Amino acid sequence: MSRLAAALQDLRALDSLALRETALARRDPRAKLAVTLCFIVTVLSFGRYQVAALLPLALFPAVLSAQAQVPGRVLRRTLWLASPFALMVGLANPWFDRTPMLALGGIELGAGWVSFGSILLRVTLTVSATVVLLGSTGMHALCVGLSRLGVPRVFTAQLLFLQRYVHVLAEEALRISTAHRLRAAPGRRLPLSLYASLMGQLLLRAFDRAARVHQAMLARGFDGELRIVEDWRWQRADTLFVGLWCGYFALARAVDLPLALGRLITNVWA
Amino acid sequence: MHMADALLSPGTGVLMWVASCAVMSVAARRVQQRADDRMMPLMGMLGAFVFAAQMVNFSIPGTGSSGHLGGGLLLAILLGPHAAFVVVASVLTVQALFFADGGLLALGANMFNLGVLPCYLAYPLVYRPLAGRSPGPRRAAFATLLAAVLALQLGALAVVLQTVASGISSLPASAFLGLMLPIHLAIGVVEGLATAALVGFLRRARPELLDISASGMAADRRQLLLPLTLAAALTGGVLSWFASTQPDGLEWSVARVAGTALPAAPSQELHAALDGVQQRLAWLPDYALAAAAAPEPAQEHAAPAAWPEVNAVTTVAGLVGGAATFALVMLIGLFLRRRRARH
Repeated sequence: MSRLAAALQDLRALDSLALRETALARRDPRAKLAVTLCFIVTVLSFGRYQVAALLPLALFPAVLSAQAQVPGRVLRRTLWLASPFALMVGLANPWFDRTPMLALGGIELGAGWVSFGSILLRVTLTVSATVVLLGSTGMHALCVGLSRLGVPRVFTAQLLFLQRYVHVLAEEALRISTAHRLRAAPGRRLPLSLYASLMGQLLLRAFDRAARVHQAMLARGFDGELRIVEDWRWQRADTLFVGLWCGYFALARAVDLPLALGRLITNVWA
Repeated sequence: MHMADALLSPGTGVLMWVASCAVMSVAARRVQQRADDRMMPLMGMLGAFVFAAQMVNFSIPGTGSSGHLGGGLLLAILLGPHAAFVVVASVLTVQALFFADGGLLALGANMFNLGVLPCYLAYPLVYRPLAGRSPGPRRAAFATLLAAVLALQLGALAVVLQTVASGISSLPASAFLGLMLPIHLAIGVVEGLATAALVGFLRRARPELLDISASGMAADRRQLLLPLTLAAALTGGVLSWFASTQPDGLEWSVARVAGTALPAAPSQELHAALDGVQQRLAWLPDYALAAAAAPEPAQEHAAPAAWPEVNAVTTVAGLVGGAATFALVMLIGLFLRRRRARH
């Protein structure tokens, strides 16, 4: 399946996930956004050589993906696609940072491997949190939350329009791409001149579509201001949600929980 | 390339977010002020177009590999810098949310690297001056290519600086730069070719569509204020780290002739008096803190200083110097204007 087709499928899948009635979908989008950002900042605030101390934070995406009923394969697929750049740069760490840090059995592990492990863990945690945020919130609710938080209406309107029309244009691009592939010699890529006319046609159609959409909006009484339907009210459950999770993040940051747990267990044994 | 959360520290991430939010508020206000309600669906459609076009690869002439459109420069040419920035930011947001391309904290950095740099530096400072109002196809293509290459080089530099400032990666700055800059030179050429091809097609098929950006941007010198301020801040605050640590032509010649790096203390009275005044006034002597700037005797085999010399004081010196120069020029301009008005 081509990149475009796969991307379209992912878009639809995540969109439809958010429409379901789950416990997490009822939370105010501002609360979810705030907690997710707090989570990401907490994860990134750890030192570069800390790996085990990050593990308790995995509770957040685990619990939330269960509450939001995000399928494991969606999570796995996004993780697989996520941040090849971060991993490539991270792989340089074992090469450049060779001061020995750990000794496991007879093997000495350089500090670069430890920091690479930390980067892997960071990628996993931040990506899962993002997927869960979207899977439980949806674009419309997110835009409502953003505009309530003071984000300019121009930007939130743009996000909504983009999300609405990306399906339309991506499908057209897919049709163009498939049509070319069916008519071209196998393995032959799109040459630049042909790309210009094919994508140029898509661009022209985008302009014309935009003009038609504008006419349709005017015909329905558009007066220049986009009003977004808002039906979320901040509840006590939202305050509890934010308070509990941020408290947990602060605890996990302040106290090395795995170390404490390990010490407790070894003390009990000994 | 998209910056990733895992390589960022919270400080750098938040700083880039603050910068991008500041630019967003300016851009959103300017789009609003245009009061053209055609823009809303058009921006959405073009954002969707860029999103879709990024997934269609074309083969690069001459090589065997393929590339795809980035879109920042194309949007700036079609919509003007402010609307283009809003659209780029929205495309990056959707990519971050739906495809975990980059991350939520890195979104601020990505908006800066892929939005602010092409729309507010490359477009107004390179494309517009070179292309002019209605360029011929060759001139337009050349301007587009140059602007795209510059935008991507600056973007690559920004990614390296953000990664190095965060301290999560152990990759040294010089090695990272040596990898990123050549790759992004190639990517910039590809981006320039794709953008030029699309704009050329549009110019042949429906040239009136290219006037949307022109109608939004009046020939107003104030349009250049933000890009030039940004360029000055970047040069004084960041590029100054890359200044050569070797002596310049004059210092080198003096050292060869006189045998020391600095000339001997002035002996004449007036010269000594003026020198004393300068010493007292200069609160950032030699672009560094006074304590560290004590003149050292010239050493033949002195160890070369670390390069780039990342130094907060150099940044402060660069920014303060730039601001002071700007203030001085403004004062002179105001004075001259008042003089002319009076006559």
